[in-house]
Amino acid sequence: MSNDTMTTPAVKSQNTKAKIIGEHILEIVSDSGEGAQKCGQSFASISAKMGNGVWTVEIIPAEIQPPARTREGASGIRVRVGSKKITNMGNEADLLVAFNEQVPYSRIVQNAYREGTVMLLESKWATHSSEEVKEKYASAVEDFKRQGIDVREIPMEVECLKLVKNPRKGKNMWVLGMLSHVYQRDLSRAEEQVRYVFKKKKDEVIEANLGLLRAGYQWASDHLDLIYEIPVLPTEEKLVVMNGNEAIGMGVLAAGIEVVSMYPITPATSASHYLADVLDRAGGVVHQAEDEIAAIGFAIGASYAGKTAITITSGPGIALKTEFIGLAAMAEVPLVIVDVQRGGPSTGLPTKVEQGDLLAVLYGQPGDSPKVVLAASTIEECFQFIVLARKLAETFRIPVFVLTDANLATGQQPFPRPKAEKDWFSPPIDQSPWKEGVKPFDWNMETGLSRRPIPGQAGGIYTLTGLAHDENGIVSYNPDNNQKTSELRSKKLATIKKTLNPPVIHGEESGDLLIVSWGSTLGAIEEAVDQAIALDAKVSTLHLRFLSPMEPGLKEIFKRFKKVLAIEINYSDDAKAPYVDEENRRYSQLAWILRAQTLVDIDSFSNVKGQPLQPKIILAKIKEELNIK
Amino acid sequence: MFGLKLDMACEIPDKYYSLEDYEKAEPRWCPGCGDHSVLTNIQKLCREKQLDPAKTVFVSGIGCSSRFPHYMKTYGFHGLHGRAFPVASGIKFRRPDLDVFVITGDGDCCSIGAGAWVHAIRYNINMTVMLFNNEIYGLTKNQTSPTSRVGTKSNTSPRGSILPPINPLQTTLGVANVSFVAQTVDWNPAHLYATLNAAHEHKGFSFVHIVQRCPVFQPDLVDEFTSGKDAFHLIKNENGIVLDEKAEKTFKNSVEHDHTDINAARHLAEHENGKFYLGLLYQNKEAQCYDDYGAHNLGFTAEQKMSVLNEELDKRAI
Ligand SMILES: Cc1ncc(C[n+]2csc(CCOP(=O)(O)OP(=O)(O)O)c2C)c(N)n1
Ligand code: SF4
Ligand SMILES: [Mg+2]
Repeated sequence: MSNDTMTTPAVKSQNTKAKIIGEHILEIVSDSGEGAQKCGQSFASISAKMGNGVWTVEIIPAEIQPPARTREGASGIRVRVGSKKITNMGNEADLLVAFNEQVPYSRIVQNAYREGTVMLLESKWATHSSEEVKEKYASAVEDFKRQGIDVREIPMEVECLKLVKNPRKGKNMWVLGMLSHVYQRDLSRAEEQVRYVFKKKKDEVIEANLGLLRAGYQWASDHLDLIYEIPVLPTEEKLVVMNGNEAIGMGVLAAGIEVVSMYPITPATSASHYLADVLDRAGGVVHQAEDEIAAIGFAIGASYAGKTAITITSGPGIALKTEFIGLAAMAEVPLVIVDVQRGGPSTGLPTKVEQGDLLAVLYGQPGDSPKVVLAASTIEECFQFIVLARKLAETFRIPVFVLTDANLATGQQPFPRPKAEKDWFSPPIDQSPWKEGVKPFDWNMETGLSRRPIPGQAGGIYTLTGLAHDENGIVSYNPDNNQKTSELRSKKLATIKKTLNPPVIHGEESGDLLIVSWGSTLGAIEEAVDQAIALDAKVSTLHLRFLSPMEPGLKEIFKRFKKVLAIEINYSDDAKAPYVDEENRRYSQLAWILRAQTLVDIDSFSNVKGQPLQPKIILAKIKEELNIK
Repeated sequence: MFGLKLDMACEIPDKYYSLEDYEKAEPRWCPGCGDHSVLTNIQKLCREKQLDPAKTVFVSGIGCSSRFPHYMKTYGFHGLHGRAFPVASGIKFRRPDLDVFVITGDGDCCSIGAGAWVHAIRYNINMTVMLFNNEIYGLTKNQTSPTSRVGTKSNTSPRGSILPPINPLQTTLGVANVSFVAQTVDWNPAHLYATLNAAHEHKGFSFVHIVQRCPVFQPDLVDEFTSGKDAFHLIKNENGIVLDEKAEKTFKNSVEHDHTDINAARHLAEHENGKFYLGLLYQNKEAQCYDDYGAHNLGFTAEQKMSVLNEELDKRAI
């Protein structure tokens, strides 16, 4: 490395004035196992505790320890921090901490940085014993600079070595200290966070990490001319902060669920990790089954026997559970199924976001298999929808899906502390003696609802079967009976729909363009729409939480807009692609359903890049649609 | 009164269950099908033990044999092909008060359900399992089963099957945490009853392999079973399944066997020289029962559950 690429900050930060900003996006990327995520999560927690809005997105390679210093192996985290509530990951990062010069490339292909992004880069590679490493480092630094990135080389390892022998463990805390100074975080809060993170470790470990934190903080204070201040808006509201999978786990606690039956699968597993740790204390058990088929079968058995049960999985698991989902629908067994979606089909993109399971979940069973499908669009909804799903499952004796995705799973966002209600924890069914003479499927002919008996209730004795059956649960191949019972199972959805309100439109009630969406894209889409409205665009957006049954009034709403566009993260054909025409174009998944249900010519805009949508991409699409320069 | 302690007073059941209390629909199995006699003996067992029909659950997969729950006037779960074990496990996991029986066929258990079978053995959840082995797929009309002997002619192997069969006893005895393995035949009611009874008494996953006649698709086997009585050896052990003298006499041959010795059990399970050893092959009363863990924290109140939630929320409070 030539001397002139070495950047020694000219101004020491004591003399640097803090720059007041409304928000900032920072990323920390490293090789797997260097603790970038722990560093970022801690930074986010400290920020949230200070009162800032935060949103985090994890950058996770599919392997546990991919080869070091590779572009594909990058592991890390993005944290967007702001004065106000933050609802999505935003556009390009403003600041980046990189533990080597290769890992940023995995993010550069995702357009994660812009001209002027500050890169705080570990400089140890510049003096590495291998010529090849040195050369790679030097050329990458050149390249970053050519791209307009503001590279600052930081002697992270050199500084850490002053305190510890093995800086691979601990460098992340030194970086946390450095960032704490850059963003003027309370050092005492940061220390508290370090103690929390290492609470299960020995005192020496905690002390060593505290030392690194303080050293990083001091180093930044002595050497960096970067200081940002993100003012905090005062709030009286009590908030909690967690990621989406933890929110699912807490939802399970809040719903009083007793049996969590699962088979490990990314990105759903961490919800079960959390539950395996706490559910025991709350009167429930996590069962790790031998596969996803057995996992759902076990949950259905538990539910049949009167215990509240849930199964948590991702796309490939849903594929395996299909037959049992049909049984739950046919035999009317209440069940909550969580699908933390990842990129598909097949093993696909295990750690990346996609909203590709909607159609599979809705229509995955042979025959007609009515079920409720909810989609969480925020971390808070990951929590609430589990509670709601449990109630719906039991009241309507039906399988209920809660869809989330890899973005929500690991993303952290503060939300108002839920106020638990006793009713959430009530036993799943009326345990009073079964009235003699009441049939096990005593359907209400209008609503399709019926009360179900559970083993132990004398008088309610019946044999559950997946075969067509009558109100006594007796197998029946009678043509009229099959027609009638199919109608009754379907009616439950129509009944639920009657209880729903039309969706709230974000923006004007009519206009040139309506964007329709679902799931984790909420924040990014609303942000883009707000920016477009500020440019006088007549655009609004509508975000669906219920996908089966659909929220009412959609057709009426759609008619008030010149064009309706579904935006989602799943595959669709580009209308202008060769051989693609109006008849064979494959739309995005929500667009398919909405087109069929409303007969409105809904367009779709979607991609499968494994990334959350950036607001800027959505804004560009709105501008294109509305001819705004 | 008369110095009688009240808590010593014998419990008089408020209801006596008769056979009819366990009988539901007329079974629709073919005449001569071995399933009939198992049903009758199970109903008898229920009556003898006065099992509360409301607290008894029969779980099955799909197949001729898996129709069983429809013929019992108890709770029942006639689910999916090959998936009776996970369902039964989920039912029993947190309902120690329920008596769970599983009915499965050779295709149901040893083919499509083989994965779940292996794990169910290992979970060792308290249930009485009956594998109806007719060495053929009955319900779907005569296809080769993984337990069909080499040379079995069926609709899927018209020139005779070529693969050696799975031996369900051997397989079960090969799985970690196995706790009860017995074998019986459908046409010897006394032995069948005694075996089912012993299985029901055992706490854990009680696996009963029932050699079952299917006169429709396996008529030759039925002939072989009924003519070749010499092949069936009674396992004798006074701590195992004990028959009365009359019933014992139905067997020409017998063998002494220690059912705590798994290697000896595996040896008997081999069916060397076409011999079938009927009775208790293996029992381990000490095996870990997963349902003991499943039921370790039952009956939490809403308040208790809520306080854990609140604690957890507090940990994440800003
Ligand atoms: C997923 C699935 N695949 C196939 C079937 C068709 N099927 C029903 S029963 C059966 C085999 C039954 O054989 P076995 O388990 O030996 O029972 P038996 O009828 O002999 O008692 C098959 C293949 C099914 N019901 N479900
Ligand atoms: S086909 Fe065979 S197994 Fe099925 S009912 Fe008839 S005799 Fe029994
Ligand atoms: Mg069979």
